Amino acid sequence: MAAEFELTDEMLATVGVESEPWPVELTTTSVRAFARGVGYSDPRYYDLDAATAAGHDSLPAPPCYLGTPVFIPGQSDPTFSGPRNTGPSIRHGLKGLLDGGTEVHYERPLKAGDRLFMTSKISKLEVKESKGLGKMLVVTSEQSFTEQDTGDVVMRTYGQAIYY
Amino acid sequence: MPTFNEVNVGDELPPITKAPDRAQLVLYCAGSGDFNPLHWDQSFEQAQQIGDNIVHGRMKWSTLGQVVSDWVGASGWVKSVACQYRGMDLQGTQWQAKGVVADKREENGQKLVEVEVWTETESGQKTTPGRAVVVLNA
Repeated sequence: MAAEFELTDEMLATVGVESEPWPVELTTTSVRAFARGVGYSDPRYYDLDAATAAGHDSLPAPPCYLGTPVFIPGQSDPTFSGPRNTGPSIRHGLKGLLDGGTEVHYERPLKAGDRLFMTSKISKLEVKESKGLGKMLVVTSEQSFTEQDTGDVVMRTYGQAIYY
Repeated sequence: MPTFNEVNVGDELPPITKAPDRAQLVLYCAGSGDFNPLHWDQSFEQAQQIGDNIVHGRMKWSTLGQVVSDWVGASGWVKSVACQYRGMDLQGTQWQAKGVVADKREENGQKLVEVEVWTETESGQKTTPGRAVVVLNA
């Protein structure tokens, strides 16, 4: 918990800088793993025959599944599995982390077999204060996902991370 | 399996009740790639401060997606899901994900239904309020 925290010019310089693209995959196995993690029982997300009967040509991605970033030791974050060092990072020194909010917009339904590139950028930095957590750094970021083959945007996500 | 004409503002979606324990949260870690020990390690400092491991905010967000996905079935697809995390849910405690139709409109040739969604504790606290939009085929 921080009693005092201020934004520095170095932190503010990270806003708006787009990361290098990173590959993201959706496979039949990754779709099943996500559906199982959320607790789905709908067979469309597990069984190709059930998916076909429901009009899909592959396992559909459950909503809020954002694909799985390709994991490469040393280049990927061991805790959160996303890429590290593809864009600017904020050296804030705060240890606590909470999720503030999440939003996804799809241009089309995603499915197993999709191969995407993800880019990310920080869109806003704010310092807020709460009774329980003291001074907090709220980082608003957005990610854009494009098809690897066509470059078409298929999904955008927005999120708020709260460091305290 | 709703159709656009059948849907009315105020319609309630079938709720989903969950009480994800630590084992289920480990499954969510594996499916999502989020292995933050706050969700699975009782000895993690932040979990000890809070009193227990807590459910991933994004698992609750995904369950809001599940409420609309289970409702719409093969009649359409989920275009967007947004939420804010207003309260923590400890592992093993029961909560529900709910939805009610807030708006229906046609936009760019798409039949859209907007749903107010949220998670709710047994005492009625809404810990994850949000909105989802589905596209209906017919």
